[in-house]
Amino acid sequence: MLTRPTSFHRWWTDWRVLAVAFLSFGVVDGVQAETPEEKGRAIAEEMDRRDLGFEDSYVELKMVLSNKQGESSTRELRLQTLEVPARETGDKSLIVFDHPRDIEGTAFLSFTKILDPDDQWLYLPALKRVKRISSANKSGPFVGSEFAYEDMLSQEVDKYDYRWLRDEDCGPLSCFVVERYPLYENSGYTRQVVWIDQDEYRAQRVDFYDRKDSLLKTLTFGGYKQYLDQYWRADDWYMENHQTGKTTRLTFDNWEFRTGLDENDFDPNRLKRLR
Amino acid sequence: MTGSHQTPGMQLVDAWVIAYARWVIRWRWAVLLACVLAAVALAGGGRFLGFSTDYRVFFSEDNPQLRAFESLQQVYTKDDNILIVLQPAEGDVFTPKTLAALRQLTEASWQLPFSRRVDSLTNFQHSYAEGDDLTVEDLVPARLVEAGAALTPERLEAIRAVALAEPLLRDRIVAPDGRTTGVNVTLTLPGESEDEVLEAMAATRELVAAFEADHPEIKVAVTGLVALDAAFSEASLADLKTLVPAMYGIIIAGLLIFLRSLAGTVATLLVVGLSAASAMGLAGWLGILLTPPSAIAPTIILTLAVADSIHLLVTLLHAMGQGADKRAAIVESLRVNFSPVFLTSLTTAIGFLSLNFSDAPPFRDLGNMTAMGVTAAWIYSATFLPAFLAVVPLKARQRPAEGRNDAMERLGEFVLFHRRKLLWIMLALVVGLGAWIPRIELNDQFVNYFEPSIPFRVDTDFAMENLSGIYQLEFSLPAAETGGISEPDYLQKVDAFSAWLRARPEVVHVQSITDIFRRLNKNMHGDEEAWYRLPEERELAAQYLLLFEMSLPYGLDLNNQINVDKSSLRVIATLRNITTRQARQLKVAAEGWLATNMPASASEPTGPFVMFAYISERNIQSMLFGTGLALVLISLSLILALRSLKVGGLSIIPNVIPAVMAFGLWGLLVGEIGLASSVVVATSLGIIVDDTVHFLSKYLRARRERGASPEDAVRYAFATVGRALWVTSAVLVAGFATLSLSAFEGNGSLGMLTAIALVAALIADFLLLPPLLLAIDKEQDHADAPDELPQVVD
Repeated sequence: MLTRPTSFHRWWTDWRVLAVAFLSFGVVDGVQAETPEEKGRAIAEEMDRRDLGFEDSYVELKMVLSNKQGESSTRELRLQTLEVPARETGDKSLIVFDHPRDIEGTAFLSFTKILDPDDQWLYLPALKRVKRISSANKSGPFVGSEFAYEDMLSQEVDKYDYRWLRDEDCGPLSCFVVERYPLYENSGYTRQVVWIDQDEYRAQRVDFYDRKDSLLKTLTFGGYKQYLDQYWRADDWYMENHQTGKTTRLTFDNWEFRTGLDENDFDPNRLKRLR
Repeated sequence: MTGSHQTPGMQLVDAWVIAYARWVIRWRWAVLLACVLAAVALAGGGRFLGFSTDYRVFFSEDNPQLRAFESLQQVYTKDDNILIVLQPAEGDVFTPKTLAALRQLTEASWQLPFSRRVDSLTNFQHSYAEGDDLTVEDLVPARLVEAGAALTPERLEAIRAVALAEPLLRDRIVAPDGRTTGVNVTLTLPGESEDEVLEAMAATRELVAAFEADHPEIKVAVTGLVALDAAFSEASLADLKTLVPAMYGIIIAGLLIFLRSLAGTVATLLVVGLSAASAMGLAGWLGILLTPPSAIAPTIILTLAVADSIHLLVTLLHAMGQGADKRAAIVESLRVNFSPVFLTSLTTAIGFLSLNFSDAPPFRDLGNMTAMGVTAAWIYSATFLPAFLAVVPLKARQRPAEGRNDAMERLGEFVLFHRRKLLWIMLALVVGLGAWIPRIELNDQFVNYFEPSIPFRVDTDFAMENLSGIYQLEFSLPAAETGGISEPDYLQKVDAFSAWLRARPEVVHVQSITDIFRRLNKNMHGDEEAWYRLPEERELAAQYLLLFEMSLPYGLDLNNQINVDKSSLRVIATLRNITTRQARQLKVAAEGWLATNMPASASEPTGPFVMFAYISERNIQSMLFGTGLALVLISLSLILALRSLKVGGLSIIPNVIPAVMAFGLWGLLVGEIGLASSVVVATSLGIIVDDTVHFLSKYLRARRERGASPEDAVRYAFATVGRALWVTSAVLVAGFATLSLSAFEGNGSLGMLTAIALVAALIADFLLLPPLLLAIDKEQDHADAPDELPQVVD
């Protein structure tokens, strides 16, 4: 394999981070035994912990894609998620498209894996068949949008290595700024920088860096609401591609939790009978 | 030249110039210092001079072809590319070693600055079916290359079969003979700095150098639009490095031969050097970016500026040779040359300033920079030169006063004797040559803009011969509505259009998404060949697309071919190495096909090649007015300066026909020309007019001051300025001929055409102008009043 310049960037980042960390020892009074890596991971663990136990969820999404000229296009879909408590396995999710008309009823089922390609099935109503898709790719654009599939779905803790960078204000809140490095070898990113508010451990913003470590996209979350007195969900996800100028806005609506879904609802053989 | 027949009008100007000349000599040190300080201040702007690295600089903002292309890029993606072409010595790409190297290079190319997408044989997204499983993966997956031995001969044959049958790859990414392949890197340049292109190219060259070191058996060539952009700045730089020294060499040789004065040569070199430096520095202050056309401005300035000094020095040395002391000679030289040098500088500046009417900004820059240089040369010739000559020791050989122009006098007698014949012969020559002008074909194959000394040319020729074309036509084909690209009827038509394009002999490759639909349809039907056809329902096509998009990796999406609401498709035809005339014909034919067969989707093809295909025509059109205006202004200047409507008006003939003869000769001998053709008439006009000015002013002086007959006035003109015209023409012809050394083909054509026009102008002034004068100027009507005598003559 090639030695990629990425390793240089990582090395460089390491040094900067170490320098920051080192300097902050002198300034910050509470000297912590934690390394930035441990702190970053601890934050991710806390995020994950706070989101445990929702069992399953249902939500309706509207996706608006816009290009540089301001032309836009809309997709509508429903997303059902089944929480899989085992740490070494990701959640299961089922997407059913409602709009545009020509893809209505198309269903996409995926079992998220941590470091391996996901298991994926697609039901095409026009073909009346369920197709299993064997592909290592999770980084391509999701239905032509600026979201990659890997940006949208469950952010399992063990998908990344972490490094806490700093704390800073993010709007009215205070945020942890954590850098995370995808461990999946076919990821489209070298790293992501995530802003997480310290009050509720909610992601506020993510910067995505491409394979050559240039800033590619920024995802901003807005309209957080709390459900079941525990689970925070953002209504508005706004992704901006800095390299192409294209944007995608996801609007979430009608969240439901603990609707009683089970494994059987996520059986590939049942995709045909969905509506 | 003694001024014995002075008139009141002339005396007034002469008195002023004499007073001025004495002032300059008196304050010589102050004048020298002021000139040097001014030059240094102006030249300081040189540090802001940069080289443009964008081929789009050749197009004005309102150029319709540029706008069409930019709007297409807004709808899809803005694709600048670098194509790395690879040809292994063993004559086959499909070997374990080469494929491993290719995969490695493909991976590494993602790291190039501004890269957004990399396409090669190895990461081509190959889809195939196994029962109800659809697999989408790299055509040469990592697991095979890393295991090494896993690339069995059978596997290699399978890869070869897929690659050579795949419409997306064959003739684009891999040659049909399997000998050559390419890695196409798509870049999105932010467009914030001119350094982006150079940064991307430097990184590419570094990558390629490392690759070549590891794989000496693979020949590598680098081309693409980013390489083109870089070539423009490389050609500019190469020209500055070669042409300017060459021009100085010619000037030094010419001066030493003609002036035979070391001090005079040094003085002239300083004047031309200061002029060029001031103009280039001023260009820097004004924020002008150098391009191949404008980078020759210093060379042209040197050529033109030298004439001013020569005129002043010839008179000065002549006066000293006849016994005048140096200061008196300086005053006399300024007195007789001040006005003609001003007039010739003015006409030259008008000619170059008319380039502002060009549609191509680089020519506007060339015109403005040269006009600034010519103006600077006039100023320095009137200030620095006399002041400098006043402080340096200067010697002139004693010469006999008369009798040096025997040859010219014989030429004068010859012309007088054969005047009627010459009139007809010249007429026949002009018409005969002019008849070849329609044979000139406008061609702007932009690769051929560069001489083989620029690597881009060699590499691109290699790519076109061995892999695929670089010239493209891009079509955006709108469907009826949002999502309408999945309509079977629309897809059928797009497919028919692609097939029509493929059948054209000019077309090497067509990228059309219909090929992906066919492949998916086949995949979804268990890879049965019979299903390799377009889906017959809209829903099916839309769902295939959804499926395919879901399975693509980072960067390899379809956004470059499908617009955001899936209501139009981009079809790209890659062309052979055809001329822009052929490209225009193909464009018209394609538009015709679309208008007939899918009128709802009729749209204009675009792309860089289309932009260049119309650049010459568009510039010629825009320059017609500019050239006409320059002709009018220059003719008016002459009429005013010569104070004769008749003779000044007559001057239009010898001023215009050199361009006719030059283009005629070009049509006869060369036949093809590009962008430079649009500006040659305007630029050469301002220069060739100088010969006419000198000849006519001498003729009129003889008629008016000496009361000579037209015949004797012609004899007088030949005797007095004949040799000077030879000398200045020789320097100018040599200077413009030097431009043919340029790395940029357009500069060579510009230089050669101008040089031919200068020779033609000399022929016209010697052989045609006198018979014309004799034909219209009769003995009895030398009625010009004494106070209308010319002021500009020496």
